[in-house]
Formats: sequence, C-alpha cells, structure tokens
Amino acid sequence: MPEFMLEILSEEIPSCSQKRAADALKRLICSGLALSGLIVADRACAFVTPRRLVLMITDLPIFSPFICKERRGPHVNSSGESLEGFLKANGITRAQAEIRQTPKGAFYFALMEQKGTMMATLLKQVVESTLADFPWSRSMRWGPTHERWIRPIRRILCLFEERIVPVRFAGVEASNVSEGHRFLAPAVFSVRDFRCYQQNLRNAYVILDPAERVHRIRQQAEWIAAAEGLTVRKDESLFAEISGLVEWPMILIGKIEKKFMSLPKEVIITVMRVYQKTLALLEADDTLAPNFLVVSNTETADNGRSIISGNERVLQARLADAQFFWEQDRCQPLQHWGSKLTERVFHARLGTVADKVERMRKLAAVVAEYMPTANLALVDRAVLLAKADLATGMVGEFPELQGVMGRCYALRDGERSEVYNAIAEHYRPLGQSDFCPSAPVSVCVALVDRIDTLIGFWTLSEKPTGSKDPLALRRAVLTGIRIIIENKLRIPLIIVFKKAAALYHSTESLNVHSLFVFFTARLKAHLQEKGVRHDIIAAVLESGQDDDLVRLSSRVDALAHFIDTQDGINLLRAHRRAMSIVRREQQKNRVAYNREPVDVNLLGESVECALESQLVIVRKNCNDAIKKERFCDALRILSQLRVPIDNFFECVKINCDNKRLKENRLKLLSRVGTVMGTVADFAKIKG
Amino acid sequence: MADVVHPRPSFQSIILALQVFWAKRGCTILQPYDMEVGAGTFHPATLLRALGPEPWACAYVQPSRRPADGRYGDNPNRLQHYYQFQVLLKPSPKEAQNLYIESLADIGIHPNFHDLRFVEDDWESPTLGAWGLGWEVWCDGMEITQFTYFQQIGGIDCAPVSLELTYGLERLAMYIQGVNDIFKIDFNGSGLLYGDIFHRSEVEFSIFNFEYSNVKTLSRHFEDAEQECRALLRGSLLFPAYDQCMKASHCFNLLDARGILSVPERAAYISRVRGMVRACCEAWLTCPTPSQRA
Repeated sequence: MPEFMLEILSEEIPSCSQKRAADALKRLICSGLALSGLIVADRACAFVTPRRLVLMITDLPIFSPFICKERRGPHVNSSGESLEGFLKANGITRAQAEIRQTPKGAFYFALMEQKGTMMATLLKQVVESTLADFPWSRSMRWGPTHERWIRPIRRILCLFEERIVPVRFAGVEASNVSEGHRFLAPAVFSVRDFRCYQQNLRNAYVILDPAERVHRIRQQAEWIAAAEGLTVRKDESLFAEISGLVEWPMILIGKIEKKFMSLPKEVIITVMRVYQKTLALLEADDTLAPNFLVVSNTETADNGRSIISGNERVLQARLADAQFFWEQDRCQPLQHWGSKLTERVFHARLGTVADKVERMRKLAAVVAEYMPTANLALVDRAVLLAKADLATGMVGEFPELQGVMGRCYALRDGERSEVYNAIAEHYRPLGQSDFCPSAPVSVCVALVDRIDTLIGFWTLSEKPTGSKDPLALRRAVLTGIRIIIENKLRIPLIIVFKKAAALYHSTESLNVHSLFVFFTARLKAHLQEKGVRHDIIAAVLESGQDDDLVRLSSRVDALAHFIDTQDGINLLRAHRRAMSIVRREQQKNRVAYNREPVDVNLLGESVECALESQLVIVRKNCNDAIKKERFCDALRILSQLRVPIDNFFECVKINCDNKRLKENRLKLLSRVGTVMGTVADFAKIKG
Repeated sequence: MADVVHPRPSFQSIILALQVFWAKRGCTILQPYDMEVGAGTFHPATLLRALGPEPWACAYVQPSRRPADGRYGDNPNRLQHYYQFQVLLKPSPKEAQNLYIESLADIGIHPNFHDLRFVEDDWESPTLGAWGLGWEVWCDGMEITQFTYFQQIGGIDCAPVSLELTYGLERLAMYIQGVNDIFKIDFNGSGLLYGDIFHRSEVEFSIFNFEYSNVKTLSRHFEDAEQECRALLRGSLLFPAYDQCMKASHCFNLLDARGILSVPERAAYISRVRGMVRACCEAWLTCPTPSQRA
C-alpha cells in the first residue's frame, strides 16, 4: 500500500533539539491523521540529522476512511435555548438530533458523518498545519518570511505514492528533490520513494539514522583507541551530542602535548568536552591518555591531517591558558583566594561573597545541630573554603570548573577529605537527575548555601514568577528538597529560615512562611514526578503546620499506599458520607458542629456509644502512632473507625425530630472528620 | 595540501580578499566607525540599518575593544583590541551558508582540507537588546566566524531578517598562516608582524584597563553619556545620541574590566545602555530627520 515521506532540509539544527524535533514531527503528523480516523503511529518512522528532519509512513490508504463522529448536546430537560444553540452549532435540525440514554440521563446527540478525503489532500493539510505550529523551544524567522522554524528551511521533499504532495511553507514549495552531504556530495538528486531516498543519501555521504551514527562513532572510536592500546572514556551525552553535529562521522586521533598532562584531568576533560566536543581516551589503568578523538564531518584529501593539526592547536591554546591559571592559582593556598571574596559582590543589596560565606558559617552551625553525623569543625572549614575558588584564575576562565578546582586546590593544601569533597559537592545536585551528595559535611554546606541565597532574595522580594526565574531560585529549592529528602534530614525549616533571615540583619520583617510555602509547592511537584497522586499530596501538605519535609513526605507515602487498599477505599467512603451530611446541615443551619463537644448523655443508641468510644480510643492510639512517626500504623488505626461509622449510618436516623438528638449526632459525625484530620485532610482525596 | 598550493596570505591580504569577495556580491564596503566599540555590531551601519524594511548590504572592518580581555601582551591568544570583519545582508539571502563557505575558499580555507562545522550558538547582546539565532562556525575545532540571523535589535523585531557575519580576523590569520601566537601574525607580507605594530599598545592598554582607569571618572562619564543621549534624542539628533550609547557602553566595559561590578550591578549598567540603545532604535524607525523638521 502507498507510502508517505517528508524531508525538511534546513540549515544546521542544534544537536540538543534534534531528537525532540523528530519525536514531535512523528507525534503531530500521526495525531493530525488520527483526527481523520487513521491510526498510523506504528507504521511511522522519524529520523533526524543536523540538516534534515524526516518522516516516513507506510501502508496508507488512498482515501481517508469514512468516519462517524458524535457530539453530546444538552440534557432533554434543559432549556429550548441551549438546544437551539446546539443544533445551530452542528448544522442539524431537531429531527436529525438523536436522544440517547446515558448513565447521567437522556441527552440530545448530533451524529455527523465525515466522508473520506483524498489522502494527498489530507496529508498536505496535516503537514502544513504541523509545520506552522511546530513546538520548537526557540524558533526564528529568516529573510522576508514570517513563518518560523528552528533555522532557515532550504528544501521540502514531500511524496505520497511516489507523487509530490504540494506542501508550501515559509516560501518553499515541496518537490521530489533532495541533496547530499554539504561538502562531499552537494549535488541534488530526485527521489521516488523512501528506499530510493535512503540509497541516495548513503551514496551521498549521509547517514540518516541517528542511532546508526552513534553506533558508527562508537565503533570507530573504540577501534582507533584499541589500536593505541587505549579505551574511550564513557560519556553517553557527549556521544549523543556529537552524533547531532555530523552527517558523515569520521574519527581522527590527535595528541595532547606532554607538558599539559600534569594538569588535573577534570580540567583537561572539561576543556575537551565542553569547548572542543572531543572524546577523552584512557590508559589501561584508567588514567587520562595524552590523546583525544575528534569526530569530523568530512573526509579530506589529506586524510584528515589538517583537521588533526588544527584541533591539536586549538586544544593546546586552551590548555596553555589553563596551565597559566593552574600555576598562578597554586602560588597561594586556597584560603588566600577566599580572602579575595571581599572584593566580589554577591548581590548589590546582599553584600559580597565574603559576607555570604560569613553568614553561611553561622547558619551551618545551626543546621549542623540537626545533623548528628556532621562534624562542626569540618563543616566550618568547608564553608570557609567553599567559594574560595571563585576568585581563582582558572574558575574565572572556565566557570564550569567551580567547585572542582576548589577541590583540587584544597587537596593540594592538605585539607581533610570531608572538606575538599564538600567544596566540590556543595553545588550538587545541579538538577533533578544529577548526583546528590550524601557525605554529611557536603550535605550541610550544600543546604546552607541554598537557604542563605533563597532567604537573601526573599528579603528583596525577588521571588520567581511564572516562567521567569533568572536567579535559578526555583532550582535551588528543588535541589534543596532533594538534599533533605534523600538524606532524610530532620530539620525544622521554619526555625532555620528565621535564623538565616536574622543573619541578613534585614530591617523589614521577612515572612519566612512564604518561602516555606514555596518549598511545599516544589515538594508537591517533586512527589508528583515520583508518581504520587496530587490529591493525596494536597491532603497531607495542605493540612498541617509541619515544617519537616522528611516527615511530610513519609506521611504522603503512607497515605498513598493506604488509600489503594480495601481498608483505605472503605474508610474514605465512610468519611465522605459522614462529612457530606455534616457539611449540608452546617450550611443549612449555619452552625459549625465541630466546635462543640459531643454530649455523652444524649447518646441513646448502642451504635452511637460504640462510635463515640471508638473515636476516643482511635484518637489516642492515632496520636501515639503519629508521635512515633508511624504513619502506616496511624492510618491502620483510623480504619478501625469504619465499622462503627457504617453501623451508625445503618441503625441511626440522623434527621430525627428531636432537635437536640439530631445536633448531637451531627457533632459526633463531625468528630470523625476531626480525628481523621490529624493524619490527613481526607476531604481533599478524590476517588 | 592547500597550504602548499596557496601562498600564505598576510593579515592585510585576508582583509583585502574579504572586501573584494563581498564587494563583488553587492556589499557596500564601508570603513570602521571612529569610536571605541566592543564589536562590529555597534557600527550604525549594522545596528541601525538592520532595522526597517529597506534592503541593505555592507561589509567593513571594525576594530573592537574588550578591555577585560587584555593580557599585558603575554597571552598568545588574547587581545583587548582586535579586528572583526563584519558583513550585514538584509534580507538574509537563501544561499547564505554557501556564500560564506565560498568566501573562506578565497582566503585559503577550502572544505576539501578542513572540517567546517556550524555549531549552535544563540547570539545575544543584552547591551543592545538584540538577539539572533545561528552558529559559530568551526574550522577544525576553532571558532572562526559568528553567523547570526538577527531577530531583534533594541528590543524591536527585525523584519525582514538580516544576516550578520563576523569573521575573527586574528584567529583566521593565525590559522591560515599556521602560527601559534597572535603577535607573530604576518601583517603585510613583507616581514612586519602584528606584534611589531600592536604589542606595546596591548601592554599599555592592559595596564590602563586593569590598574589606571579611574572608577569614579568612568561612572561619571557613564552618567554624562546617558544624560546627553536623552537630551539629544529630545532634539531628534539620532546619530549624536547613538554615539553616546557607544560611549556609555565602553565606560561600562572599562568598569567591568576592573572586576568590581557584582552580577546585579553589571545587570543594572547593561539595562541602562539597553534603554539608551532602544530609544535610539525607536528614533531611527520613527523620528523625522532634522531636514524634515518644521
């Protein structure tokens, strides 16, 4: 059956955007076709190179199928006006509308038949609207066009059944023509179908499939390394990035001058991977080898000699810079560079980095109290040196090395391992998937650094809003939460925030609770990412005044687990039944039944007494369990309420004529809510 | 090898070759702007002319100053005063990348021998309120050109979009001539080296930039330029007003070189220059010229 293919040939697409673009192209075209009843995702394949975005779909019909759509309208009892509107909106008469029974009652339905469209016509529409609305994170205009793409589009190749689909976008008209590698085979060629396209590309020095390029780079790299008795340093993200920079990967090996090999390997590797995109090689004993691999995008007449010597020279120039700083920085101990931080402003209204370090030392003493495993003297030393490398020449030149250089210099100065590791690790984690420190000294410095920064900007009311967060405060909060949760740090955050605020000598009284609210909002996001239902998170986080994130998160875990058990489902149902009655009566009578105690003397029925006495027991046991932080137990104890509640509803008529009796029963029911509320706000839970 | 076939071009012959190449492709060859600027983009022939609907194509050399990059003439790869070759094409042509690659062949860099790569680089100048998308062009791992499709200047959308090419002349010359030290670049093809001409000024300007420049004076000059700019704009004197932007920007760069500005202080200075530039750009698009004034 007929095949569809699309190639958008553009100027170079940034490597990091390529995979997402290929996925989006496939998703959008497939969902566009799905609207016409064509489910093709399993027959679609997307590819991407630095210059091409390609989609191929096999086995398409010539016509899109005949489909029948239905739309539900108003309820049969609703006003004539809404029916009129519904009929008009769907272009049908009253007679054409159908009445159908649904679980929610009888409704009008409009049934619409959609005739099949010529596939080529449909494809043109879907492709054009996909291109016009493509979800690039950052796109541009070029020349006189108004349309946007990630970089200028130069050609569009679009075929269905070997015939051109006349797509038009950004002033480019689709054809059946493409071209090969920019330098090795720039001539154009015409294309009949996808197989022919692939064949042509291969002859024209282009490997279409990114996975194949990665494979080829890896294979060549390992082969060349092995020939020198070396191995390739593992670096998946660099492999992926490089595969997005080349259509025809050719690997060449270059040398690093001996004299640079005395530099810390982190420096050499950073310079190579960040600035040159070259691969590092390792000796048999895992030390850094004095060679590198460059993945070029071409084959040259001199077998890559100019390319190698060029890359060697560029690397040398950068390493010469690094070596200069390395020697200069080591003329002084790290602490000396720390003293230069008095000249470095952290923020115009928040003082210098030296001021920040002083605040951090005082705050660290407070935080360390809650961390029995953290040695205070070492914490203090680590804080004192944590930012010192910012004043060194190396970090000035290569900012990516902050922390890493501090570690190197501190190691040389003979600092303790806890201290030099903390200097490197206190910046981590950098994001959600990054390594999170666990050594107590590192953890303490990392947390104190973040809290000091956050409190500082909160005193200036510089809070992140919407998508705007230039100071990365949101990330500071998120990573702070990871540090706390993953290390199970038992820290009363409000108290620590207040101390941190006091260290700023801020004259305005700072509302540290607003920062805490920001933390709980991020904690919610963090838990949601782990797959916890948002209503369960809300039931815990929005109920109490707890400022211990570890405790909050174990409460959430316990509740999430409990709510899926049969006990949980039953208890939730009982709670909902009780509360809906109380709420209704409260609204009607404008009384709050939970304010007044239950009058035990009015409890006539045995089921009433049973519920009351069970509430007393459950309340006590539950509080005990909460005190011991055994939240699963607390929930299990709560579930002992379910039988007495069910019995109560079965045997007692709440709406009795005796007003006092009725009120007392409502008070009793509202106590169910109060007792259960000590664990979580069950009213927030859906289901 | 290419290097054997072509004689190694001198610094000045690279400039001449680029001028000839772009002149043949319809560019007006202009001269440098006569003020201290951080990059060729500041030249009014780029900054202002890239705004508005009229087609425009020019090329020129622009001496550029980055005070913080001074290394007392000791570093073989860094200068506080260097040269850019700037090309501006409005609207950006379809064959832009191929044109650029052809221009490289004219100065001795042929793709048959070199690995030319377009590596993502989103260009942004917060000072100019300008941004664009494009690449840095790598030749065998070295960045030799900035290739940018301007999207906004002075916070105003560019329509049509211009293409800006900025060749780093010293880097290109080092690469083409095969020297590892900027100061060893053959300047005129007859034995005069780059260092013979510029080494002493690099040393002296580094000392000035890092040790002698007067912070108080510079801050005052910045303030003066800012006020002057506003006053001139009130009189619809756009070009004199824009000169004040360049002055203020250079004062800021000198202050920055002293390493005393904090991140937010820097941001504040940058935003003040941006404000001035923006006002000038708006004036360029809307204000009548003095001859049209009543």
